[in-house]
Amino acid sequence: MKNATSSQPTTSLPPLNILLTGVGGQGTILASNIVAEVGVALGYDVKKAEVHGMSQRGGSVVSQVRWGRQVFSPIIPPGEVDFLLAFEKLEALRALHYLRPGGQLIVDPHAIPPVTVTSGDAHYPDDDAIQAKLARVTPHVHWIPGVTIAEELGNAKAANVVLLGAFSALLGHAPDQWLDVIRQRVPPKYMELNERAFRRGRELIQTERE
Amino acid sequence: MKRLLSGNEAVAHGAWEAGVSVAAGYPGTPSTEILETFARFPHVYAEWAPNEKVALDVAIGAAYAGRRALATMKHVGVNVAADAFMYAAMTGTEAGLVIVSADDPSMHSSQNEQDNRQFAKFARIPCLEPADSQDAKDLTIAAFDLSEQFDTPVMLRMTTRICHTSTPVEVDARRQEHPPLIDKYPRNPAKYVMVPANARKRHPIIEHRLEDLAAFAESFAFNRVEMRDRALGIITGGVAYQYAREIFPDASILKLGMTYPLPQKLIRDFAGRVDRLIVLEELDPFIEDQVRLMGVTLWPEQVAYPHTKSIFPITGELNPAIVRQSAQAAGLLPDAGDAEEAGASATAASPQPLPAGQKIRGNGDLDLPARPPVLCPGCPHRGVFYILHKLKVPVNGDIGCYTLGVVPPLSAIHTTGCMGASIGVAHGAAVAGDKERHVAVIGDSTFFHTGIPALLNVAYNRSNVITIILDNRTTAMTGHQANPGTGKTLQGQETTEIEIEPLVRALGIDQVVTIDAYEVEAIEKTLKQWLKQDGPAVLIAKHACALLPQERRKYVALEVDPNACNGCTICFRIGCPAILKSDQLDPKYHRPLAEIDPLLCTGCEICARVCPRDAISFRDQVVHLHFEA
Ligand SMILES: Cc1ncc(C[n+]2csc(CCOP(=O)(O)OP(=O)(O)O)c2C)c(N)n1
Repeated sequence: MKNATSSQPTTSLPPLNILLTGVGGQGTILASNIVAEVGVALGYDVKKAEVHGMSQRGGSVVSQVRWGRQVFSPIIPPGEVDFLLAFEKLEALRALHYLRPGGQLIVDPHAIPPVTVTSGDAHYPDDDAIQAKLARVTPHVHWIPGVTIAEELGNAKAANVVLLGAFSALLGHAPDQWLDVIRQRVPPKYMELNERAFRRGRELIQTERE
Repeated sequence: MKRLLSGNEAVAHGAWEAGVSVAAGYPGTPSTEILETFARFPHVYAEWAPNEKVALDVAIGAAYAGRRALATMKHVGVNVAADAFMYAAMTGTEAGLVIVSADDPSMHSSQNEQDNRQFAKFARIPCLEPADSQDAKDLTIAAFDLSEQFDTPVMLRMTTRICHTSTPVEVDARRQEHPPLIDKYPRNPAKYVMVPANARKRHPIIEHRLEDLAAFAESFAFNRVEMRDRALGIITGGVAYQYAREIFPDASILKLGMTYPLPQKLIRDFAGRVDRLIVLEELDPFIEDQVRLMGVTLWPEQVAYPHTKSIFPITGELNPAIVRQSAQAAGLLPDAGDAEEAGASATAASPQPLPAGQKIRGNGDLDLPARPPVLCPGCPHRGVFYILHKLKVPVNGDIGCYTLGVVPPLSAIHTTGCMGASIGVAHGAAVAGDKERHVAVIGDSTFFHTGIPALLNVAYNRSNVITIILDNRTTAMTGHQANPGTGKTLQGQETTEIEIEPLVRALGIDQVVTIDAYEVEAIEKTLKQWLKQDGPAVLIAKHACALLPQERRKYVALEVDPNACNGCTICFRIGCPAILKSDQLDPKYHRPLAEIDPLLCTGCEICARVCPRDAISFRDQVVHLHFEA
C-alpha cells in the first residue's frame, strides 16, 4: 500500500449551517435526522452532530446539521448558524449566540419552564425581553406556534414537523422531498398527521410573505 | 449505496462486513450504539457483559478460539478492563481482536477526561483514529486485518464527536466470510499461559512487534499526505483533522489514521516539505510529544514542562472556534480583532477548560434560567434521596441516573467517583472510625458491574455500612439497556432474571429488606431503625424506571386541592419537575400554592405521601373523582 498524495483544491462554497434546539422529549433529534436526510436527498455532503447522555433527562438538547459540497467540522462555530430552529423559546435564547447576525430564526412561542423556575428562584424571561433580545441579533424572527397547531391537529408531538414545514418554505423548497423523508421516519399511522403539520408550517411562512 | 450513519453505527457495519462473529461490551456514552447496532445483524453473537473487564475477556476468549471479536466500551471502561487489555497485548490472539475505546473529551457524560491513546502506547498495541463515519467503518475493517497480520489486539479510538456525528457512508451488504481461523482450540501455553517464565519471553516479542508495526505505518493507506500550500504543515488525526481543514483550508496536512505507532519517515518527509510544522490533536500532546522525541522540529520549538502541548488547549474537546483562537493567540493566524466573538480566551496549553458556546457574545445581559438535567417525574430514585436528605447522613454515591440525587433540592450525595466506588468508599470511612454511619447508594446495573465484590468486602470485614441498591430494573442512564436483573439479553432472548436479595444474602449480609421505592414512609422507618443499630445492612429500593413502557401505561396525573394546600413547600423539596408553584397564594401566609402539571405527572404519589396536609390526591382518589364527574 502506498500513501495517497493528493493535491486538492481549497474549500469551495461554505456549508449551510442549521442548528436545532429544544428540551429533552420534544423530538429535536428526530427533527435533525429529517433535516440531515433531506440534505442527503438533495445531493449534499452532510454532517449531523449531537450529544447524548445527561441532556436527555429534561435538559437542553442541541443538534447541529451542516449541508454543503464538502463539510469538514461537525460543529458550527458561534455566530455562523444560518437557520436556528428552536422548539422552545427559552432554548432559542440559549442558542442565540450561534446565529449569524441577520440569520433566520424559527421559534415556537411555547414555554417549558425549567425546574430552576418551577421549584427554584429563577425567573422565566417575559416575552418583551425575549423579543428585544432576539431582535438585537436578527430581524428575521419567525414565530411558529408548532405546539398549538399540532395540538389542534390532535397530537402535540407533531410540533417539530410544523417548524420543519416553515423551514422548508423559507428555503424555497417544494414539499415533496421533505415529505418523502418524513414518510421514511415516522410510523405510517402518523403520516397523515405529520403531513398536515408540515403543510401548516409552510402556510405560515407563505402568509408572512403576503 | 451511501447512507447517513453515526460513527458508532459505522463501526458496527464495519465489524459486520469484516466478519466479526462475537462482540461484547458494557454500555457507556458515547460507545453504546455500537453494540446495539451490531446486535441486530444476522449471524452474529453480541452481549452486554456485567462490566468491561468481563466483556474484554469474552472478546479475547472468542479471538483465542479463532473467531474475529470486538469489545466496546467508553474511555473509563478501559480502566476497568485494563488488566485484560494488558495480558491480551502480551499474548496476541488467533483471530482479529479490536477494542473500541470511545473517549469523551469535555466530559459531556463522564466523570473524568482521559486520552486513551495512552493505553495503546502503554500496552504496545496499534491505535487507529477515524475522522468521520466512513473512516470509522474502513478503519474497523483495517483494524481486524492488522490484528491478524501482527498478532496483536488493536485499539480503535473514537471520541464523542466521531461516535455521535452522522456522515455519509458507503455500506456494503456483503460480509467477508470468516470461518474460524483454527480447527482446534490452541494448546500453546508458551503463548497463552502468562506465567512469569512465558511472559518474560513474550515481552521482547511485543517490543519487536511494535517495531514491525512502526515500519508498516509508513505505508498504511490511512496515513495520508495532502499537499496544499507549503507554508504550514499540520499533523493531525481523528476529529481534529476536520477542524484543521475548516480553519486552515490552505495548509498541507498529514492525516494519521494510525496514531500509534507513528510513521517516522513519513513524518520526517512531510516536515521537510513544509516551512512550519504543527500538530493539531484533541486532549494530550500524544502525537506532539512523540514527534518532538523523534527530533523533528515543530513550531513553536520550545514547550513548557510539564504541559508540553503547544498552541492548542490540553483540556476539553476542540472546536473550530477554539482552534481558530488558539492559532490567533499563537500568531499562526491573523487576529480577527474581536477574539471575544469566538467565546474562549485561549492560551496555549492552558489547563483551563475552554467550553464551547458559553459566555459568548453577551447572552449575559439576560440571565437565562439554567435547564439542568434532573430526575424525571415519577423517577423511583427520588424518594430515597428525599429521605437521605432529611436524615442528614453522609452518603457515598455512585454512577447512574441517581447521581442526580446531588442536585438541589435533594442535595443528598457527598461523594461520587467511578462505578462501584460507593460501597468501598463508605466502608473506608467506617473502618477509619468516622463518627457518622455511612450510606452507600448504588444502582442495579452498577451493583452488578463492580458493586458485588465491594459488598462482599463489607460483609466479610463487618463494617457499619448501610447500602441502598436502587433497583429500577434497567440500566437507565445510558438508554435502558438490559442487565443481569432484567431477564432479557442484548439480542432479545429470555434469560434468568438474577434476583438481588438472595444474591446479597449469599454475599453474607443478614440484614436485607426489599421495599417498593415509592414507599417513602417504609424506607424512612427502616433507615431510622438501622441507624440506631450496628452491622452491615442492605435496603433494596425496587421499582421499575418510570420511562419503561410497562410503567408508562400506568400514568395517572395527581391533583392538588387548593383548599387544603397552604403553600408549606414540602412537596417542592422532592425536586419533581411536575410540581409547579401556582399563581394562587395561600390567604394566610401569602405563599404560592403547589400545582401539578398533568402532562408531566406520572402518579408516583411520592408528593402525596410527603404532603403533611393531605392536599395531594392519591391515584385511586383521582380515578374516583373522574368516574363520579
Ligand atoms: C466504567 C464505566 N462504564 C460505564 C459507564 C457509563 N455509565 C454511567 S451510569 C451507567 C449505568 C447505570 O445504571 P444503573 O446503576 O442501573 O443506574 P440507573 O441509571 O438505572 O439509575 C453506565 C453504564 C461509566 N460511567 N463507567
